[in-house]
Amino acid sequence: MFDYETLKLIWWLLVGILLLGFAIMDGHDMGVGTLLPFVGKNDNERRVVINTVGPHWDGNQVWFITGGGAIFAAWPLVYATAFSGFYWAMLAVLWALFFRPVGFDYRSKIQNATWRSTWDWGLFVGGAVPPLIFGVAFGNLLQGVPFHFDNNLMSHYTGSFWQLLNPFALLAGVVSSAMITFHGANYLMHRTQGAVFERSRRAAFWSGMVMVASFLLAGVFIGDLPGFVITSTVDPAALPDPLAKTVVIQTGAWLGNFRAMPALWLVPTLAVVAGLIGIALGTLRKPLAAFVASALAMAGIIGTAGVALFPFIMPSISDPRSSLTVWDSVSSHLTLSLMFWATLIFMPLIIIYTSWAYKVMSGKVTEQFITANDKAAY
Amino acid sequence: MTETLVDLSRLQFAVTAMYHFLFVPLTLGLSFLLVIMEAIYVMTDKPIYKDMVKFWGKLFGINFALGVTTGITMEFQFGTNWAYYSHYVGDIFGAPLAIEGMMAFFLESTFIGLFFFGWDRLTKMQHFSVTVLTAIGSNLSALWILIANGWMQDPVGSAFSYTTMRMELTDFWAVVFNPTAQAKFVHTVSAGYVTASVFVLGISAWYLLKGRDVEFAKRSFRVAAAFGFASALSVIVLGDESGYGVTESQKSKLAAMEGMWEAEPAPAGFNLLAWPNEEKQANEWEVKIPYALGLIATRSTSEELPGIKEIRETNKARIESGIHAVLGLERLRKNANDNEAKALFEAHQDDLGYGLLLKRYAPNVGEATPAQIAQAAHDTVPKVAPLFWSFRAMVALGFSFALLFTLSFWYSLKGTFADTRWLLRWAVLFIPLPWIANELGWFVAEYGRQPWSIFGVLPTHLSVSTLSIGNLYGSLAGFIGFYTLLLVVELYLMFKFARLGPSSLGTGKYHFERASA
Repeated sequence: MFDYETLKLIWWLLVGILLLGFAIMDGHDMGVGTLLPFVGKNDNERRVVINTVGPHWDGNQVWFITGGGAIFAAWPLVYATAFSGFYWAMLAVLWALFFRPVGFDYRSKIQNATWRSTWDWGLFVGGAVPPLIFGVAFGNLLQGVPFHFDNNLMSHYTGSFWQLLNPFALLAGVVSSAMITFHGANYLMHRTQGAVFERSRRAAFWSGMVMVASFLLAGVFIGDLPGFVITSTVDPAALPDPLAKTVVIQTGAWLGNFRAMPALWLVPTLAVVAGLIGIALGTLRKPLAAFVASALAMAGIIGTAGVALFPFIMPSISDPRSSLTVWDSVSSHLTLSLMFWATLIFMPLIIIYTSWAYKVMSGKVTEQFITANDKAAY
Repeated sequence: MTETLVDLSRLQFAVTAMYHFLFVPLTLGLSFLLVIMEAIYVMTDKPIYKDMVKFWGKLFGINFALGVTTGITMEFQFGTNWAYYSHYVGDIFGAPLAIEGMMAFFLESTFIGLFFFGWDRLTKMQHFSVTVLTAIGSNLSALWILIANGWMQDPVGSAFSYTTMRMELTDFWAVVFNPTAQAKFVHTVSAGYVTASVFVLGISAWYLLKGRDVEFAKRSFRVAAAFGFASALSVIVLGDESGYGVTESQKSKLAAMEGMWEAEPAPAGFNLLAWPNEEKQANEWEVKIPYALGLIATRSTSEELPGIKEIRETNKARIESGIHAVLGLERLRKNANDNEAKALFEAHQDDLGYGLLLKRYAPNVGEATPAQIAQAAHDTVPKVAPLFWSFRAMVALGFSFALLFTLSFWYSLKGTFADTRWLLRWAVLFIPLPWIANELGWFVAEYGRQPWSIFGVLPTHLSVSTLSIGNLYGSLAGFIGFYTLLLVVELYLMFKFARLGPSSLGTGKYHFERASA
């Protein structure tokens, strides 16, 4: 149906869409987890906060699982190289996520203050750590990662965990954390009232501000970062072989795509404008519209990183020709095509039944609801 | 690639997978038991059945939480710890994992939220549909995972490409309808149904022994006895072994499981018990049922099954041929236009995986000594004793479940089960046994595939990530510590709520609530 080159591009877009789906869906419940200990001051308030996402967090988390599966199927070299290279970062994400299923389900099954507060902080870790690490990982992708392939395409990572925590990567971590918190706060406003609503509103304002400011700051620095440029001729339809190309490092090269195609400046503009509009809408107590705005802002932020890197996915600072790109880290034509159709069939279904689930559970979660459903609610 | 790194990576995978597999079978089976209970509720409109769905659903949720927790690891561990595997076979192996997410896991995880929280917001039929979709989702999940695993056991529908240096998909439907995968799926979900039936049966029997919530427990017992009876029969009849004789790839596993050192004239006998001696390559003694193995494994009386010695001998020849494939490939990787190397590679391509087996002993396979070749050939059949005994223990447990459910079903038809105290006691004692059988089954399937991660294609020792040993010790300790802690918490809650029984629902109708009222 589609030729190989088109499918490679489609999969770059699809991975982006899955990542965005993850940020919008799992992102809001991670934001809620991050805010839980701060916007809920007593047990009932915290149960209100938890039950806003209680019926949905599990379905939302599948965006993360499916994202992992899709990268495995479509970009096997990225799956292999990134997750083994970022070994401890990845384990930190997984271990943080362990707190969520058990935290949600077990917390309110026992009437004990220490038990409950322990799980509350567990849910905080499960909500706050993954977005921070994903941001830091993106910050490192933008600086190149120290890895190379041998002749059998076995990847060798030569960096350490600690060098991932450099200033620019930490700044990217702040952008990511702030945007997830902002998005979660907008959602919380939409589903709560009273004191929790007011605290969430303040949190939305400040996290939104931090998001916009740190994103702009990262934009200032990105021109000084080493960017990557392919210097050999690339045949986008060729069989993938990352070692077949030559790559040079040039300061400021990440702005190349924007310079070549000025319309792309709309992507970072979307991040800033939607972010500011979202902050305003939250202040005006229009949480649902603010939620849509924060989703758009995330599309702008993730899109900006994707566009800056394109066609690179995971550049290598220590052996630039080993860099992984949209053209040479993909799976076969047949697998890309098959997975495209599978996504085309299942994604709309997923969106339809997820929307139905939200519709069934819509409305404000109140303290009266918690008291009335003491045994059944989270 | 040091031996320690490979061993630790394998240990970590085994630990995380076996922990995960403590929770999965109960989810698979209990979801359908909930469907049955809720179907009765929808048809009869009796609130006690709704309470049954809610109470067993509560225990389902406690178990499910850890299933999800330990499942997160599984989706990413191929990347973190098996990077070369992920590159080498991701083109095929990744697809079923991704489709599992989109087709099954989304379905299960979205509707389970409504299962717990939708009681007051959905009509009776809507809620029932939600429960059905959750069950279908969890079972479809198993289907896709076992299609992926089936492909590791029997890699159909794919071919090696020397340009991309990996296996590539050639026929998706061959992977989906792989007989090995289908046999595995049916066997594994049936085992899950048995697990859940024993769970519900045993806990209900305990209430009956205590004389608590008798009506609730009797109804639960009946449902579990009927469902368990059907499942226990299917787990035996559709045993995993039926798939083994079908294809070449499982014959080494079969021979090791059976302690069958020499080829046997068809139909082969089944060693009921034996004492395998790895050094002598023979059994010290054996108790044999004539014809049985031939019938089970080949479904025929004429097909011959190869013995371990014969398999090793055949594989030695394949390794010697595979050396040429590896050498040809190395030259092709340096110069893709080397036609002589291409001809050499193509002539021996089918034995490439066997040539790679030598890398464990001789990084440069061209320089492998006859002793190293003999050692690699010896490795192609895993150690006999662990497989032989695990398999027999699993089968014995399988038959004991069939007996338990035959009796339970019989007495529940007669209507006297609630007073048959010896049966109730046995039902309680049986509770932990399905978990042992499940783990043994997992061990037989995965250990039996060694030394391969993808049978005949990719040796396990080449599949790992290039990590340091220190990384592995750290992460392994972390996983064991974390999982054990969570398991303790899970068991604490499971026991607490199982003891509390339906009184935990807060309806005011059950034992402890009435006692305190």
